[in-house]
Amino acid sequence: MAGLMTAAIRGDEAAYAEFLRLAAALVRGLARRKLANDRVVGPEDIVQEVLLAIHTKRHTWRSHEPILPWVFTITRYKIVDVYRRNGKRVFLDVDDFEAQLAAPETVEPALPERQVEAALTILSDGQRRVVKSIAIDGRSISETATALDMKETAVRVAFHRGLAAIAARFGRTT
Amino acid sequence: MKTEDLIDALKADNQRHRQPPGRVFAMALLASVLVAGAMLVFTMGLRPDFVAALGTVRFPFKFVVTIALAASAALVFSRALFPVASRRPHPALLLVAPVILLLGVVAELVALPPDAWAMSAQGKNAFHCLTVVPALGVVPLGLMLWSLRQGATTRPVLGGLCAGILAGGIAATFYAANCTDDSPLFVATWYPLAIGMLGLAGAALAPRIARW
Repeated sequence: MAGLMTAAIRGDEAAYAEFLRLAAALVRGLARRKLANDRVVGPEDIVQEVLLAIHTKRHTWRSHEPILPWVFTITRYKIVDVYRRNGKRVFLDVDDFEAQLAAPETVEPALPERQVEAALTILSDGQRRVVKSIAIDGRSISETATALDMKETAVRVAFHRGLAAIAARFGRTT
Repeated sequence: MKTEDLIDALKADNQRHRQPPGRVFAMALLASVLVAGAMLVFTMGLRPDFVAALGTVRFPFKFVVTIALAASAALVFSRALFPVASRRPHPALLLVAPVILLLGVVAELVALPPDAWAMSAQGKNAFHCLTVVPALGVVPLGLMLWSLRQGATTRPVLGGLCAGILAGGIAATFYAANCTDDSPLFVATWYPLAIGMLGLAGAALAPRIARW
């Protein structure tokens, strides 16, 4: 393997790929044994992390030193690193979960009736009827068209413009 | 992503090669000495009696201590750059300079009458020492942490500590050329505090900076 790496450093890409494949096999074996019961981190995650680390840090191997201890030291460091990061990620997940639990009460309260009425008053009569029919009464576009005796395209346009007007008036630009 | 695809991608990226960490470290060391030296010479300057003081015992002894400290830290640091290094020196090597200093302290205690001890230890430049040494050492510390990042350390706390002590050793060497307090009692009281600040800063920062 040291020979392959030496050739790789001289620019031999085939030797480099061969070296990486051998390293991957070694790390895979090691990772399977060490992480036998782990469901979050798969051995292949470790393999790829280690290959990346070998790649970015290949200038820290010196040709007079044995290469296997170098590969294994990087592997051990990366296993610890992956676990630490996963630990962090799980911890962050808990935070996200808490934010979602709190959300229905605080982040998106249902619009109070009066606020909706206020939003609708800025619209023209035609737009207001369409928006009210779709957004508040819950009718579909075609039902609204029938109820208001309009063409469906006209309903779509009025609905779209009405929402745009409300968004422009009440601050959201989408 | 499949591992085989990753290998193909890495293979294609094989042409870019980074500088060996040893060379990066050597450049950082050279730059540190130049920067710290320039900062001292162009601001405070050497002490006026620099040449005459070289003929004394106490003044050159300061350099023995600071240079020994910098050299031992450099040696430990240069091995901490690599994940694997044959002949890794024991970190206890860092104690060489403190032991030399301790011997100097004992000699000074014998040479001076007891009622002169406190004054020698306190000196006139304690505040100076505690501010100038860290100030001179900031750039070297940054350069050392940067070179630690270029390597692949598996012992970032030790590496960072050595980076700080090395930066402190360089800074203290130049500061000693300005300071007129030459007693080992002064050196043993204030230099470790000043250098220790840099060492602690290095040990605290390195695990973040030198992650890979």
